[in-house]
Amino acid sequence: MLEKTVEKCCISLNGRSSRLVVQLYCKYGVRKTHNLSFQDCESLQAVFDPAVCPHVLRAPARVLGEAVLPFPPALAEVTMGIGRGHRVILRSYQEEAGEGARHGLGQGAEVGWDGAGPRFPPVAVPTDSTVKAMVTEMSIGGEDFQQLQAQEGVAITFCLKEFRGLLSFADSANLSLSIYFDGPGRPAIFAIKDSLLDGHFVLATLSEPDPHPQDLRGPELQRPAPQLQAHSTPHLDDFALDDIDSYMIAMETTVGSEGSRTLPSTSLSPGLQPPCSPGSHSEEEDDTEPSTVPGTPPPKKFRSLFFGSILAPAHSPQGPSPVLAEDSEGEG
Amino acid sequence: MKFRAKLVDAACLNNFTRVSNMIAKLAKTCTLRISPDKLNFVLSDKVANGGVSMWCELEQENFFSEFQMEGVSAENNAIYLELTSENLSRALKTAQNARALKIKLTNKHFPCLTVSVDLLSVSSSSRVVTHDIPVKVIPRKLWKDLQEPTVPDADVSIYLPVLKTMKSIVEKMKNISNHLIIEANLNGELNLKIETELVCVTTHFKDLGNPPLASENASQDRNSEQMAQVHIDIRKLLQFLAGQQVNPTKATCNIVKNKIVHFDLLHEDVSLQYFIPALS
Repeated sequence: MLEKTVEKCCISLNGRSSRLVVQLYCKYGVRKTHNLSFQDCESLQAVFDPAVCPHVLRAPARVLGEAVLPFPPALAEVTMGIGRGHRVILRSYQEEAGEGARHGLGQGAEVGWDGAGPRFPPVAVPTDSTVKAMVTEMSIGGEDFQQLQAQEGVAITFCLKEFRGLLSFADSANLSLSIYFDGPGRPAIFAIKDSLLDGHFVLATLSEPDPHPQDLRGPELQRPAPQLQAHSTPHLDDFALDDIDSYMIAMETTVGSEGSRTLPSTSLSPGLQPPCSPGSHSEEEDDTEPSTVPGTPPPKKFRSLFFGSILAPAHSPQGPSPVLAEDSEGEG
Repeated sequence: MKFRAKLVDAACLNNFTRVSNMIAKLAKTCTLRISPDKLNFVLSDKVANGGVSMWCELEQENFFSEFQMEGVSAENNAIYLELTSENLSRALKTAQNARALKIKLTNKHFPCLTVSVDLLSVSSSSRVVTHDIPVKVIPRKLWKDLQEPTVPDADVSIYLPVLKTMKSIVEKMKNISNHLIIEANLNGELNLKIETELVCVTTHFKDLGNPPLASENASQDRNSEQMAQVHIDIRKLLQFLAGQQVNPTKATCNIVKNKIVHFDLLHEDVSLQYFIPALS
């Protein structure tokens, strides 16, 4: 509607009254003037360099947009990684609610990855398994990507909501999106570029907790890796891996009320390759990430920064929120 | 215990998606019963459901090009899974442009129904979406509560009017009262009535037709004008009607006066039975 009625727009800064003045010259001689108050603030400059990231993916935003379509709109985080056969895999990331586990790092939120896909973290089975969330996975062939420079097994987890936001922006401008990333815990840089603008969206990624010697990685390493290709093998193989009989046996012999409360600990996930870049721990990350403001641990480990565009885009993406800054005491 | 099925026909997929959407509207959590010939979506008449029960049945060969199952044992060749209905309908929704859809029972740290979709993509590469729907395997000793409900001997059986019309009327009535009286007679007349202190509203449907009576007994002495009625919770009726996106091929209502109302629908090759008990 703005385009139809506004002929000219004049933006100026009135230093005396500390106002940003936006004047819209509309049809029929109508002039709308908005005086917006502003506040000086310190803007944090994140220091990042896509060139130091070992892995790059590039694809039209539309392809990536289609890839995230199957995920529930409410899903907060997604894990993206490279699977066997150079396929790019996106999987919904569910926080596992362990005892007192809060979001993310260091407590049960393990983003393991094996050659076939992300491993589910070890989980204390809740009594009602229907309450658990559905897990969705999307697998795209490497041929859909304009550039795919990443090794199999690498994976990162980041905020899906932000990702969707920047995808819709990039798609509306018909651009390709480049994703520069390293390992879990390192920031991932989503870049778009055209003649008018150059945008870098930096998202934090979930880092891996300390490896637990008694966790699933042990048994998995010992297990020979069956080749679980994503859904293209003949069906016969699938049954061998998905056999639910051992579960049923345990259930039938449980004394008392319906079902068993604990599953047998047999892990049937066929993963093999341990996740890449065993990963910097979150604590150390804080000091090295230049964007951290000392004294303000964010409630979540995710921070997203949006800056770097040469020209302000016509539609601002819904995603990235302003840089976290230290709370000013008193009125701010 | 094994289950695996494959669906390749677009029309079958649409049909199956419609069924799962309907189930998702009728019951938040339901039981999926898998047997060699059929799939059933079951809701048993527990207090938690408000006494409502549902039995939806479809012949697997009308949908799946491949279907293999192995039940708990040879004598009990069935699988009963409890799941959140919305998960299945959401998974199927992503399969709109699918080349093929596979469903199988898996165990990924906990039992899942894995729905795997091969998407048609513009580019040469294949795209695969997989959904792992968590399920709870229901032990054999609870199966007796999940059997096909016996159809009660109805006082009146009548064909239903267009469900959309019924739904819009019941929707408006819900604003006035939660207590609805549904009554019908053997003369093809059905009434929906609400009564409050201030107002009484009745909607009359005529010329609906009655299915032929199964038993010859009592049919002669029954006055065909006499209404058999049941008092029910209007919200349950509305939930049932809201689940019917498409008008069924055949829709019958059986009333056991003051006890229960039984809806028997046939959507092409899927049958749905829905029981709403009388308000106590």
